[in-house]
Amino acid sequence: MEQKEALFNYLLRLADNAAILGHKLSEWCGHGPELEEDIAIINTALDLLGHARSLYTYAGEVEGKGRTEDDLAFLRIEREYKNALITELPNGHYGDTIARQYLFDQFNYLLFTELEKSSDETIAAIAAKAIKEIRYHLRRSIEWTLRLGDGTEESHNRIQESFDNIWAYTGDLFVEDVSDEEIIAAGIGPDLKALQPIWREKVKATLAEATLTIPEDGWMHSGSKEGRHTEHMGHILSELQYMQRAYPGCEW
Amino acid sequence: MERKDWPLWEVFVRSKAGLSHKHSGSLHAPDAEMAISNARDVYTRRNEGVSIWVVESKHIHSTLETDSESMFDPNEDKIYRHPTFYDIPDEVGHM
Amino acid sequence: MSETDLQTIFDRKIENEVKIEPKDWMPDAYRKNVLRQMAQHAHSEVVGMLPEGNWITRAPSMRRKVALLAKIQDEAGHGLYLYSAAETLGTDRERLVLDLLEGKAKYSSIFNYPALTWADIGAVGWLVDGAAIVNQIMLQKTSYGPYSRAMIRICKEESFHQRQGYEILLTLCRGTEEQKAMAQDALNRFWWPSLMMFGPSDKDSPHSAQSMAWKVKRMGNDDLRQKFIDQTVKQADFLGLTIPDPDLKWNEEKGQYDWGQIDWEEFYNVIKGNGPCNKERLAARQAAYDNGAWVREAATAYANKRAQRRDKDAA
Ligand SMILES: [Fe+2]
Ligand SMILES: [Fe+2]
Ligand SMILES: [Fe+2]
Repeated sequence: MEQKEALFNYLLRLADNAAILGHKLSEWCGHGPELEEDIAIINTALDLLGHARSLYTYAGEVEGKGRTEDDLAFLRIEREYKNALITELPNGHYGDTIARQYLFDQFNYLLFTELEKSSDETIAAIAAKAIKEIRYHLRRSIEWTLRLGDGTEESHNRIQESFDNIWAYTGDLFVEDVSDEEIIAAGIGPDLKALQPIWREKVKATLAEATLTIPEDGWMHSGSKEGRHTEHMGHILSELQYMQRAYPGCEW
Repeated sequence: MERKDWPLWEVFVRSKAGLSHKHSGSLHAPDAEMAISNARDVYTRRNEGVSIWVVESKHIHSTLETDSESMFDPNEDKIYRHPTFYDIPDEVGHM
Repeated sequence: MSETDLQTIFDRKIENEVKIEPKDWMPDAYRKNVLRQMAQHAHSEVVGMLPEGNWITRAPSMRRKVALLAKIQDEAGHGLYLYSAAETLGTDRERLVLDLLEGKAKYSSIFNYPALTWADIGAVGWLVDGAAIVNQIMLQKTSYGPYSRAMIRICKEESFHQRQGYEILLTLCRGTEEQKAMAQDALNRFWWPSLMMFGPSDKDSPHSAQSMAWKVKRMGNDDLRQKFIDQTVKQADFLGLTIPDPDLKWNEEKGQYDWGQIDWEEFYNVIKGNGPCNKERLAARQAAYDNGAWVREAATAYANKRAQRRDKDAA
């Protein structure tokens, strides 16, 4: 695989993660457990959408076919989206959203800390800006994991179940393919396999502090890197792409 | 009985280094950590601040309107506390 | 101090444009009036998040999506500022929210209309926020201090709301025939409900005269409505859209527009609950309240535990 193609793939993965998770979080707008929380969760969604925009724009440049952020965000078929499966899971109840968010934030934080050192200057610059926001996301999702885990009996049981249910989607975050090999070899991005044990230790410590049990590493879902998604993805795209598909070629 | 809704907090924001914290508004939060987070998200979304104080509203004590005459009016005639009360000849220069 | 003295002090403050502050003495009726108005305003901001929220996941570009999301986030903030202002009068937010859910408190009827197309997002920003701004600019000078301060903060944030709405429509009007038709359709549906936002004519408005006397409101409903119409007509012209009012025409003598008749029957009907989305809006707020209950409780329980642990560590 050519390095340019690998880089394009890699950027799409990063961008799609941010875009799809931002999309899911934005669904909370107006429906959160308290007004303050609505505002906070929208802030995270806006940060992620901001990351997605820079990454799509750069991906378009790397590809060199004149595709814009919107072409990439709205006008691909499902198999061409490369976001991790965990980002497309339903919001569920607030505990489900927090568990999904914490597991992802912990991953994203470790990843972007490494990307700050990327040999690709544009990625390093995007990461240096994004990491400040991701650090805040992580702090917030840890705080909420503690609150729900060590709050009431009800909240404890609910979020434990959320972690148990989502756990099987975490393996997908660390799967590597030929693009990753190129990326690692070129010093553009880190070896995900090396991040996994660190991620696990951090998660274990947070869950322990939250009086929660870390789920067993059993069978894991995978497929996002080849664009094999869950059944949820198609519905996300039917909303996301609705306008662009219904009115092709328009300015908005 | 335990209060279910979160207590009220007052938020003070320092808009830039060197200035005092100034009251921005209020919000609800279960504890100080979240009050600070929420204050950041609610009151500094447009770069309004570099530092935040929060204090639970119940800890703020204030003067009463009915006391205000005896509290504040007596200072109205103490004009000798102001520099313009003193006559210094112009030749002395700025003082 | 006797009640009459306190009343005199209060009256003198109102007369001299001195703000009334939470701990100051105020007549009971004033307190009730201001509280009702602030609560109603707060509910409107929060319920107002719902029609626009309906389009976040379908926004047609990344730029529009982040702008809309930030705009709705501001509305949550406005609700929060206004609830806080209302709370200074001793009723806490939870009680105010329950009043809404129990149907005891009102919110602006405009939010009972559906946002059906992307152009509606433009129309809401341009007309609904536009009308709200006319009202809110006036309210910056309201006599109740916390309400006035909330309004000043809100007005600063509002300026981008109307512009983003207008820009959406401008883009549609410069686009394809289909897009322009979408914009016209949105204007057709939102024009009259936007005029209704200013409330009944002053002669039919139960609170209007008293609110004016107390300087809670600084302008009557009819004047505000006229002001809104006068400033909006040329904006519609620029878009090349037609305002759905055959009687609308410039009156040289009065220096303002003459315009047609509001369908007050529709207005009162929607207030009574017979609007397209009344049930959905309240159901959504109720669901957020119910589904959030265990989360709020958990946060309180955790805060208490953490405080206890810290006390123990300190001891
Ligand atoms: Fe509003
Ligand atoms: Fe607003
Ligand atoms: Fe607004």
